[in-house]
Amino acid sequence: MQKVRFTAVFALVGLLVLTLGLGAMAKGFPDKPITYIIPFDPGGQSDLEARRQQPILENLLGVPVVITYKPGGGGSVGWAELAATKPTGYVISGNNIPHIILQPMQRGNAGYKTEDLEPVAMFQTTPIGLAVLKSSPFQTLDDLVNYAHDNPGVITIAGSGTYSGHHFAYLQLQKLTGTSMTYIPFTGAAPQVTAFLGGHTTAILANSNDLVQHKDRIRVLGFGSAERFAGLPDVPTFKELGYNMTPSIDRGVCVPMGTPADVVATLADAFLHIANDPKIQQQMVEQGFVPAALGPKEFKDYIAEKTIEYAELVRELDMK
Amino acid sequence: MIQNFLFAVSQIFAPGNFLLLVLGGVGGIIVGCLPGLTATMALALLVPFTFTMPAESGLIMLGGLYVGAMFGDAIPATLINTPGTPSAIATTFDGYPLAKRGLAQHALIANAFSSLFGGIVGTIVLLTISPLLAELGLKFGPPEYFWMAIFGLTIIGTLASDSILKGLTAGGLGLLLSTVGISPIAGDVRFTFGVPSLQAGIDLMVALIGFFCIPQVLEMVEAGVKKYKVIDYRPQKGVVSRVIKQLITKPVLMIRSSLLGVLIGIIPGAGGNIASLVSYNEAVRWSKHPEEFGKGNIEGIAATESANCSVVQGSLIPMLTLGIPGSPAAAVILGALLLHGMRPGSELYTTFGSITYTFIISFFVAVIVMFLFTALGSRLFAKMVSVPLQHLAPMVAFLSIIGSFAIRNSILDVGMMLLFGITGYVLHKLGFQSGPLVLGMIMGPFAEQGLVQSLLMGRARGSVMAMMFSRPLTLVLVFLCGISIAWPIVMAWRKKANLKSESSQTLPQPDDLRGQ
Repeated sequence: MQKVRFTAVFALVGLLVLTLGLGAMAKGFPDKPITYIIPFDPGGQSDLEARRQQPILENLLGVPVVITYKPGGGGSVGWAELAATKPTGYVISGNNIPHIILQPMQRGNAGYKTEDLEPVAMFQTTPIGLAVLKSSPFQTLDDLVNYAHDNPGVITIAGSGTYSGHHFAYLQLQKLTGTSMTYIPFTGAAPQVTAFLGGHTTAILANSNDLVQHKDRIRVLGFGSAERFAGLPDVPTFKELGYNMTPSIDRGVCVPMGTPADVVATLADAFLHIANDPKIQQQMVEQGFVPAALGPKEFKDYIAEKTIEYAELVRELDMK
Repeated sequence: MIQNFLFAVSQIFAPGNFLLLVLGGVGGIIVGCLPGLTATMALALLVPFTFTMPAESGLIMLGGLYVGAMFGDAIPATLINTPGTPSAIATTFDGYPLAKRGLAQHALIANAFSSLFGGIVGTIVLLTISPLLAELGLKFGPPEYFWMAIFGLTIIGTLASDSILKGLTAGGLGLLLSTVGISPIAGDVRFTFGVPSLQAGIDLMVALIGFFCIPQVLEMVEAGVKKYKVIDYRPQKGVVSRVIKQLITKPVLMIRSSLLGVLIGIIPGAGGNIASLVSYNEAVRWSKHPEEFGKGNIEGIAATESANCSVVQGSLIPMLTLGIPGSPAAAVILGALLLHGMRPGSELYTTFGSITYTFIISFFVAVIVMFLFTALGSRLFAKMVSVPLQHLAPMVAFLSIIGSFAIRNSILDVGMMLLFGITGYVLHKLGFQSGPLVLGMIMGPFAEQGLVQSLLMGRARGSVMAMMFSRPLTLVLVFLCGISIAWPIVMAWRKKANLKSESSQTLPQPDDLRGQ
């Protein structure tokens, strides 16, 4: 009896060791720390999102996740570095749309190509909206468009960067409304919003989180999401208003091209697990972000779709 | 309000929170001491840890760190002529000469006390009139940025004491260096010579380490172990009270510098580097003995350090009231606020009033604690000067390399730093100074962006001239630029006139320059 029990326990332990061992072998990735490149300065939105994910990722993946900053060139320096690393999945990077589409298109050699970056998961979008100050005479987008028709070039729109999401939202708006306005580029959200709130420009094209942040002082005339956004329920989308555009800045993560599919899947699972967490989604909405949860395949398709859209706009811009 | 105040005090002095404040502050001093490590980076590193803390504890710690860095950066500036952060550039001008004369402790005490003073003035302003100032800050548009940059460039007149021509040349070189990378307005790729990594541009801190640290090391080595003349620091008694007494008798200088820091801190983008240089410049301008600056004048340190510490609170003014961060470090704190579910704006002063006031009032405690630390530690730090050269020089070189790498984790930056170092050494030999050069690098982007944005805006509204010259704030700034350029000429002329006839009448003093 005693012996039987001992054998049973022995067998059980043996089985356990075997399963665990096999499990570990099948798991394989990750078994050492993962480097998470943020291609921007500390304190930016990409950084804060990564900081929100970091503890949860470490929990899910069971390895430390180290956030490293490689800022410069609007992100290109970080992406060039990622593209040059070995595709093992141990180095990942924030992935921002449209940056990774537009930089290689415009600069000739940005240090990387869009295809060099293998999309893993997209977890957040910040639709771009058009807003004026509360004191502005323009009550609706139509008011502004009509004025722009009668006074070409007079309306000034503050945006962040050239060849950026904001810049192309402006080009799209001009094209779809058949108007001409003046785009004033700034080097980031803080100077852009300051100039707009100070009344130095007529309107602003800004990310959804900035619009939500300043909603008491501004009137959002049109918003870039496909459907109305829970954070700004009274604001019509551009589509509702008859302009077929959904400009947005999207955030996700990527790895170098050639990373094994199962590694990509493991990473994607972890990021999507976080992206689908209702508590995190609610936090995002409160801060003015639209939660998203695209896996590797959907994210890739999304990038392809946006690439076509931007390529056309770039062609038109170059012809001018 | 009273209730909030009492709550704040009880929170700050709760043992756990007080410990966090001290930890944050000491961490800040260390980060500030090491060129290449920035407060922003350290703050971002701390943010995930603050998730699990109550909001007020997290904010107290972040605030302590931010303030600590502003105390710490003057230490290497004084001891080895290398600013720990760009905010301490002007501290090297007088701090290092003092250290060379064996008065390192005097310089460090002046730093500690002025930072304390600036911090207190800044916090009082933040506590009382921040909504008003935030609205004023919004009036600052592209044309104002442009004129601010021009005004900043006039500081070359002060920095280039020997030769105005050499000063302007160095400033021009700095402006050119600031154009490398992706152009801020048109998005063009400029001066990268086909190296994609150069699209990132030249980081100010890389240039600072290159132009300040490396020439210093080379000059140490060149002078040789025997000839390198630093008078050993000898502990003296009563330095603390003597230095403090000396500074307290200059209330105008202290208050002016602190207020300049707050005001410049409010402007997004313009931070401690600009504030401290402008404040230094004003200190020289209004001094009865301008020729003493740059040779180890304690007032120079006071002007710089009180301004760069009050910038901290200044940069929080638009952040807390409007949600616009006045500096990158404030942006990280804004992120932490948002992650705790607090939206800056009026809510922060009503719904979350108790937390916000705790955060603001914790600055009073933080600056006092940091003052005690840096003042008591000054003797210890000052002994650094006596470290034998054969140890000191390699140590500085080592820190330079680590620091320049740490900024952006880039090997290219290390290479650029070394290149700047050698260039800086040669330029020093030729009589050019690093001050005007980095000034050009700091002001270049502001001037470029401000100018092009103003031109675009002016064209849209029908008149570029009206945009550049007719706005009330621009008029003030243009006026200040005019005075700043004319000042040295007037002074020289007055000196001559004085020499000719003892009974020359004094010139009317221009109105207060502090208004901007």
